[in-house]
Amino acid sequence: MSFLEMRNVTKLYGAVPVLRGLNLSVEEHQVVCLIGPSGCGKSTLLRCINGLEPISGGEILILGDRVSGAGVDVNRLRRDVGIVFQSFNLFPHMTVLENICLAPRQVLGLSKAEAEARAAELLERVKLGAKHKAYPDQLSGGQQQRVAIARALAMQPMLMLLDEITSALDPELVAEVLDLVRDLAAEGMTMLLATHEMGFAKEVSSKVCFLFEGVVHEEGSPQQIFGAPTKERTQGFLKSIIEAGRL
Amino acid sequence: MNQDSSRFRAPSIPKSAMPLTLAALLISSLTTLFAWWVVWQLALALAGVTEEQTALALEKNLYWSEMLPRVSSLPWFAFLGLGVMVLIPLALFVPTIQAYGFAARAKQALTQEDLIEARVATANSSNAAWYAIGYAIFAVLLFGTVWFMIARDVAVGNTFFKLDLMLEKAGLVGNAFLTNVFIFMVAQVFILIWGLVVALARMVPGAAGQPIRLLATLYTDAFRGLPSVITIYLIGFGLPLTGFPILGDLPPVWYAIFALTLTYGAYVAEVYRAGIESIHPSQMMAARSLGLNFFQTMRFVIVPQAIRRIIPPLLNDFIGLQKDTALVNVIGTIDAFNQARILASNNFNLSTVTIVAILFVLITIPQARLVDRLLEQDAAKTRGAK
Repeated sequence: MSFLEMRNVTKLYGAVPVLRGLNLSVEEHQVVCLIGPSGCGKSTLLRCINGLEPISGGEILILGDRVSGAGVDVNRLRRDVGIVFQSFNLFPHMTVLENICLAPRQVLGLSKAEAEARAAELLERVKLGAKHKAYPDQLSGGQQQRVAIARALAMQPMLMLLDEITSALDPELVAEVLDLVRDLAAEGMTMLLATHEMGFAKEVSSKVCFLFEGVVHEEGSPQQIFGAPTKERTQGFLKSIIEAGRL
Repeated sequence: MNQDSSRFRAPSIPKSAMPLTLAALLISSLTTLFAWWVVWQLALALAGVTEEQTALALEKNLYWSEMLPRVSSLPWFAFLGLGVMVLIPLALFVPTIQAYGFAARAKQALTQEDLIEARVATANSSNAAWYAIGYAIFAVLLFGTVWFMIARDVAVGNTFFKLDLMLEKAGLVGNAFLTNVFIFMVAQVFILIWGLVVALARMVPGAAGQPIRLLATLYTDAFRGLPSVITIYLIGFGLPLTGFPILGDLPPVWYAIFALTLTYGAYVAEVYRAGIESIHPSQMMAARSLGLNFFQTMRFVIVPQAIRRIIPPLLNDFIGLQKDTALVNVIGTIDAFNQARILASNNFNLSTVTIVAILFVLITIPQARLVDRLLEQDAAKTRGAK
């Protein structure tokens, strides 16, 4: 039994199909990278998994339990599935510490002291221990994204979804965020990430999925996908990436 | 130095600043003459000279010999006040003379072919000249108002600003104003809560929330459309007639509070809703993705941010509410306006109503400054230096 399994998932925005019968499985402790051209459905796929977008057809299972469709407690599901967004989405009226403590206190019912202890530990880990009293607008993009990761980790999720988390960062800030993801991967965190950082995907992932027209067009080990893609579309996509100097 | 001819072919030579300076000088002088004339009229009015006496004195060609002794009999503090008023317009000549100085310097710099100095001096000159002209307009309006007050034997002044009557009745009107203050203070608390409840009811998600959304929409449509004076009238006279227990025999002030809460609750609900909708959906998404439910998300993430944005329009509505407390006189509550009207008809003079007008203006000013300060402080806190 896979940790996460998506079976024949479809997603329509109005009449426009974004996912068209997509199948994907993620094993525990795997890092799966989603690559593909803009608009191929990477972000949508991630948002369907934790119920931020309801799916139009098919089903999504986590440890064999169906987490899509009617009757699913999405608030319960989201405790276990963390997501980090491209644009950080920190709460600007709260300090870094308050950002991290909010959900553990309100959702998990931790006491203030427990939540703050957990947050302090995570802030050390993302190397922002000194910034706990800062407000998001006082931090750099890289620092904000590391806080966002800490905020998601504070719920102690089983699965992390990372939605192009370095796309909004200045080039010199990308490394600090990727280092953190690399650490998480090394610790065995199950992760599903949409990314344009091909070098990073090649290095960190256990499996790479090339999304095209709403389905997983080709999947395989990073060596196979980046080294010897079999499908024509995959080859074309990687060729354009290489020409752009991004791999 | 490499002379790039295209760049220096046509250096901009500043226009002479003299005409503007002379205009400023003329305007300042005329303003001063007008102001002095008004001061003289004011002195005559203070000395109790009527228009009729003035006309008579002019006819007999004894204007100065009759008026000067009367004015000189004014007490010393009147002279002090008038003296200050005489000096005020002279302040216009400070920037005017500065403008002249700069203009002269510009002219000199031009003859020495010092273009930069000429430009700077011209700019300074025109700045100073416009400053003088601007304040001259201000002074004309100010002294014009004074003249309006004392014209026709102080008709306007006596009708609206009869000082002795105002001082005598200020306590009474001020006391009645406490009723207005009580009404809007209590109503504001209710409105803040009720408005938020309605706004959230309009945004409850899901198909199951539809009846609640519908109800909230109907309410805002109805009470935003109803003139508040009609709501106050209907509730203030209607509810006692129904004979409901408790609801039927409240003091009139509470009917006013109830009616104003219903009316302004609808306005404020819309303000809240606009504020909530102005928060980017990604904030909602981020909070929900952490497992917070809709109401937790509203409570901790969306509403706190929305409130910071809606404070200025909220103050607008609250000032509207404060002014509308004057409408409660339709149900017979003795508020400041009602009290002032009674006094006005007893004394055939509107000065007591002027007191109410002044009170309403005075209470709004500190609120506006407080809001400005709150917003500045919050901005400094969340967006301070790195």
